[in-house]
Amino acid sequence: MKNTFTRREILSQGLAGMSAAWLSANWPAMLAAAGHARQAAKSAAPAKFEFFSPEQAAEVDAISARIIPTTDTPGAHEAGVVFFIDRALVTFAKANQKLYAEGLPVLRARVREMFPGTEKFSAATPEQQDQVLESLDEQSAAGRTRPFRRRPAAQSFFETIRVDTISGFLIDPDSDRRGNRDGVGWKVIGRDREHMFQPPFGFYDKDYPGWQPNPPAADKTKS
Amino acid sequence: MIPEQPKYKTADEVDFVIIGSGAAGGILAKELSGNGFRVVVLEQGPYLTEKDFVHDEIKVLNQDLLTNHPKLQPNTFRKTPDEKAKPQRALVYGRLVGGTSVHFTANFWRFHEIDFTEHTRFGPAAGAAMADWPITYADLEPYYTKVEWEIGVSGLAGASPFDPPRSKPYPMPPLPVKSGGVLFERAARKLGWHPFPAPMAILSQPRPGRSACINCGFCLGFGCEVGAKSSSLATAIRMAEKTGRCEIRPNSYVHRIELDSNGRATGAVYFDEKRNVQRQKAKAVIVSANGAETPRLLLLSSSKQFPNGLANSSGMVGKHLMLNSGAIATGVFEHPLNDYKGFSVSRVLHDFYELDPEKFGFRGGGGLDARFDITPIGFALGSLPPEAPRWGKAFKDVLSHNFPRTVEIFCHGTSLPVENNSFSLDPDLKDAWGLPALRMTYKDHPDDLKLCTWLSARATELLDAAGVQKMWAPPVQEQQFAVHLLGTCRMGNDPKTSIINSDHQTHDVKNLFLCDGSSLVTSGRGQPTMTIEALAFRAADRITALSKRGDLSA
Repeated sequence: MKNTFTRREILSQGLAGMSAAWLSANWPAMLAAAGHARQAAKSAAPAKFEFFSPEQAAEVDAISARIIPTTDTPGAHEAGVVFFIDRALVTFAKANQKLYAEGLPVLRARVREMFPGTEKFSAATPEQQDQVLESLDEQSAAGRTRPFRRRPAAQSFFETIRVDTISGFLIDPDSDRRGNRDGVGWKVIGRDREHMFQPPFGFYDKDYPGWQPNPPAADKTKS
Repeated sequence: MIPEQPKYKTADEVDFVIIGSGAAGGILAKELSGNGFRVVVLEQGPYLTEKDFVHDEIKVLNQDLLTNHPKLQPNTFRKTPDEKAKPQRALVYGRLVGGTSVHFTANFWRFHEIDFTEHTRFGPAAGAAMADWPITYADLEPYYTKVEWEIGVSGLAGASPFDPPRSKPYPMPPLPVKSGGVLFERAARKLGWHPFPAPMAILSQPRPGRSACINCGFCLGFGCEVGAKSSSLATAIRMAEKTGRCEIRPNSYVHRIELDSNGRATGAVYFDEKRNVQRQKAKAVIVSANGAETPRLLLLSSSKQFPNGLANSSGMVGKHLMLNSGAIATGVFEHPLNDYKGFSVSRVLHDFYELDPEKFGFRGGGGLDARFDITPIGFALGSLPPEAPRWGKAFKDVLSHNFPRTVEIFCHGTSLPVENNSFSLDPDLKDAWGLPALRMTYKDHPDDLKLCTWLSARATELLDAAGVQKMWAPPVQEQQFAVHLLGTCRMGNDPKTSIINSDHQTHDVKNLFLCDGSSLVTSGRGQPTMTIEALAFRAADRITALSKRGDLSA
């Protein structure tokens, strides 16, 4: 990392002195180098929990793996969502510590009640796990809004862990939040790991013939 | 890295103190310091730079890295003045050096002639306080051109037959077309409409110290880490700092403008980062704090001379709030569009900018664009069809199918000015500094809802013509959340019905100026920032002229 400029170091230290043309020409290489360096540093980090006990972590991992299951593509488990939630609870989501601490025993009681003889969520079959989660899912699809305009309120334990799982699956893998390990979440939804792209971007602009002028409008006011 | 700049003492009477460093404040700072004046800009938010602009959705969106914080600055909402307002997050704005221009989408439409003269052209509208602007499109045209060239706007002159006249082409070509834009363009042409490359305040070519857009896909809601988005931070603020006469003072939360016994503003009182009270003296005060915070500051600055709020002899401060009306139709196509790459919008149409009220039965007009402005977590939580599963395999399947195949048709429209729609001071709720919180009162004019319902039908018609596989459009609802903050200290010639004259000078206080979204008399058709910036360039010329004539001295 020492001899590698990250894009942020370039911006913070030398932007003013560099020609814009040089900068533009060199963005791809710089971004790639920065991305790889960060990834290498991250892979070496040991997997240690900061909030959950190993037993709690196993339960949260199992819940997240039903919210985004492993299919022919990776799911929440492979993305390391439990590590994301664990770090969230000691950083930006400290306020949810109680919700998790109290929610996990409730979930366990629900498992025992619905499937006598099964002691914990992670020991149940996937079908049983889904039934337990369905019993906790109080929110309907109605009332969903675009998050930038109005943020969905995450209140119940299930809704909180649902939102946290999705967040941990899709967070920028180059952030320091321990989620979306190796960018697998982005791969699953078809988002390239990179942060810099060139056209053509997709199927429909591939063969775009170029801008053709509009015919003149008959009248400015639609009548 | 924050550039070198002068440090003025608070007791040092500078020429101008500017409150707010956003779209308008940044340009006023650049122009006035460039004209030789000593300027202090007081910004309530922090001074972040490109190195702080990450793509972490939690940090930026959930934790309000760039925006007003709902816990520190709570607000209340009600629909009509007879209701008791309830605490509810009702507005978002950029709270950092550069203001909302740091995180905006950067759609840079000029207003058209009709936006300035609608009242005369069509007469009064029931339930709305229609008024003409005291200036026309022709007065503002040179300043629109100035914005395009000095701040940096990409686009194609003459591409829309509905465009108003312009004196110069754009300084750089439009950004590349996205797949959603191609679908939009083909379908619109099939329907006989006139799509065109979106004018965007995002660089398609590099400029000194700024990269061209690298199409990273984290645009709306995020700051640009390569300086391609033409925010005030990346443009005007940097130019102001280079003059050596402008100090940008972040973390300075102004809560009072003080007057002397002659009724002249003497400066601004603010909380510094440690919440100590400071007083910056100035020969003249300019408020560019946005359409919510500008009227709030005037109301907070009431005094014996102005018991209802500073410069509020008319009683109109905070009123006529306009948010711009809107509707969204979402479409999913057969093949991947990958519209997550790049800036948000590549194609627009203005065929419905002017609709004949006689024929349509409502006032106003609008534009349509093809956009993808949602980042991955936001998409998964809020952009799947209403009936889609929310978790499990079926959720994962629809999420991974739709993410690369989705585009939104966004309808942008007018809000008519309604006197009851307003920002005022909440009588009970206080912010973290102990100041009265913002109270928003808003109920869309019935014509705004009719317009949006009509535009929404055009959006679904367009998606249909584009060969969409699945689409949905939520019914148009009354708005309870504000992004565009317009019209609350409107410009006009009559001191009884407006707050500022056409020089942005308050009718009541000679050396107090207001310039931002609050100055707008009409809402335009959905993209106000270009006009706010053109007004700021023009205001700087007017204020410079008044000052050089000595009109601002006692």
